Amino acid sequence: MAAVTSPNQRLKISLKYLLLILVALVFVFPIVFMVVSSFKPDLQLLRDTSSFAAFLPVGDISLDNYFAAFRRAPVGLFVFNSIFVTTLTVLGSLFLCSMAAFAFVFLEFRGKEIVLSIIIATLIVPFETIAVPMLMVVNSLPWIGGSGITWGWLNTYHVQIVPFLADALTIFLFVQFFRDLPKELIEAARLDGASWFQIYSMVIVPIAGPVFATAAILKFLAMYNQYLWPLMVTQSEQFRPVMVGLQYFFQLNTAWGEVMAYLSMITLPVLAFYLFLQRAFITSIASTGIKG
Amino acid sequence: MAGLSLQNLQKTYGKVEVIKGVNLEIEHGEFVVFVGPSGCGKSTLLRMIAGLEDITGGELSIGGQVVNAMQPRDRGVAMVFQSYALYPHMTVYDNVGFGLRIKKTPKDERDAKIREAARILQMEHLLDRKPAQLSGGQRQRVAIGRAIVRQPEVFLFDEPLSNLDASLRMDMRMEISKLHQDLGATMIYVTHDQVEAMTLADKIVVLNAGVVQQVGSPLELYNRPANLFVAGFIGSPKMNFIAVQVDEIKPGMVTVSGPDIRAVSIPVVTDGLTVGTALTLGTRPHQMLTADQGAITATVMLVEHLGNETIVSLRLPSGKAIVAGLDGDFPVAVGDTLHLTPEANKAVLFDEDGRSLPIKS
Ligand SMILES: Nc1ncnc2c1ncn2[C@@H]1O[C@H](COP(=O)(O)OP(=O)(O)OP(=O)(O)O)[C@@H](O)[C@H]1O
Ligand SMILES: [Mg+2]
Repeated sequence: MAAVTSPNQRLKISLKYLLLILVALVFVFPIVFMVVSSFKPDLQLLRDTSSFAAFLPVGDISLDNYFAAFRRAPVGLFVFNSIFVTTLTVLGSLFLCSMAAFAFVFLEFRGKEIVLSIIIATLIVPFETIAVPMLMVVNSLPWIGGSGITWGWLNTYHVQIVPFLADALTIFLFVQFFRDLPKELIEAARLDGASWFQIYSMVIVPIAGPVFATAAILKFLAMYNQYLWPLMVTQSEQFRPVMVGLQYFFQLNTAWGEVMAYLSMITLPVLAFYLFLQRAFITSIASTGIKG
Repeated sequence: MAGLSLQNLQKTYGKVEVIKGVNLEIEHGEFVVFVGPSGCGKSTLLRMIAGLEDITGGELSIGGQVVNAMQPRDRGVAMVFQSYALYPHMTVYDNVGFGLRIKKTPKDERDAKIREAARILQMEHLLDRKPAQLSGGQRQRVAIGRAIVRQPEVFLFDEPLSNLDASLRMDMRMEISKLHQDLGATMIYVTHDQVEAMTLADKIVVLNAGVVQQVGSPLELYNRPANLFVAGFIGSPKMNFIAVQVDEIKPGMVTVSGPDIRAVSIPVVTDGLTVGTALTLGTRPHQMLTADQGAITATVMLVEHLGNETIVSLRLPSGKAIVAGLDGDFPVAVGDTLHLTPEANKAVLFDEDGRSLPIKS
């Protein structure tokens, strides 16, 4: 804590906090609005938007919207689908992308600079531009599953997972982090007799906690918020994720209270995941003492 | 037993030649020090031996076996890095035991070896700490411990002490020296500190620009440097160089003089010398005697009293500077004129190519 000495300084600090609080409110208000509104009937909800009551749990408060949301759409299934797809993709991509980055940074092989720059270059290609070609690709790929070999991946979980297991941004994050590690660490491990995979798993992964956490958060958000792709590749309800499920609430006449209830429910997993990772993130920095 | 043999060893990065054909024999149990100025290729040569750099050309054998294509772990070498390179997330115990764990050494045996290494290095009380909780000297001990437990045939050190302060450096130097006596392993040690080189080495290898300048014991290098580079690099303060030419040749003896020095006779093999040949006379600051009839007359520019000795910087008539090491109680002040004579049988003559003239053995 800085010791506050002169009144001038005190004023400065007060202003700084005021500004920070204002910025925080700008971000928090929409969430408060969403949660509060989810407990209100539509008429009151719309009326409240014209006053500060929009942010307060006042008037006719009930869980009706939640029951209605469950009646309207298989919310549990959508949340399960999203969490299932997102978790597998996050885990898979952390593993694959960190290994790829490890190879790019620590192994010597012909053409690695070129391959890496091509991968990085794909960062600037928006997904929308490759969505249709990708759809054609996955539609003609084979898959070996419970019912033997099948052709075309549409209407499955894996069509939502496999294409996103490797991505440029995650690889790039790991490459940046690995490049800053002292090369001697790897060399010492090589002399200690460790194989490349042992170096990866026993030396590098344990000290890469912060970048794993960062990559996990970014990937989680990107996957959980997927809309266009699952809309294209899932025709049946069975495999649809939460964002596509939102459609169910925007039909003939939009039930805003139910929309808010649905949104509140699908936001929960994101918050939980974020809080969990934040704790893991701080612990990992504290324990590696890598900046020691 | 693991001696090493380097035959015409070469390393190039792209078009840049960094190691230019090094030939070297290292006996089992020898303490060899690579010295040379920054960028001369010491680390590169050491890392080639470790297997961390590919060998571009030539042949490297360890214990009689060619290891050019062998993985670092199979070479029976352990290395201590300048930056220590400890695993930051492991305790000292796990750092030291990492190699054994990889080798799947049974737990009891592993534990015994780790504790033995900790005992040798007096760091038993540190075993539970993480590297971040250690001082520089303690980290260096851990790095050495990590090398010891693997019981390598060859230890490689790359400037292991250069991150330590002066007094700690001296302690660690003595410990490394003791370790060498106790373990009897071959050690190769890179430094650009010539005091470390002189005190530790059985054999010093002086490198410059990727070329071996001279290989020899510390005293050989000090007394009979092979060329001007070695003469200037080994010894502190540096050897003085004075331009001379041959006046007279007698069997086994040549008399030289120059603008800054009157005739002195130096014992050398005189083959190939003729009267008038230009040479360089090298004489160490502590091998110049004050004498009324001294061959060199110079003006005192700077006096440094160190107590046991006095280091005097002087200017020769030509304007060149030289340094003399005099007795601690020698009365001298800035502005004085001194008469000095090089000790003839310790002075070294260098030909125009910078090579020293041999003395008859
Ligand atoms: N990966 C590399 N690519 C190109 N040149 C390199 C590479 N590594 C080293 N060099 C060059 O090789 C030469 C020798 O380097 P090296 O690290 O062996 O020097 P050194 O004698 O250990 O110096 P110092 O005392 O500063 O550690 C240097 O000129 C350096 O620039
Ligand atoms: Mg070096």
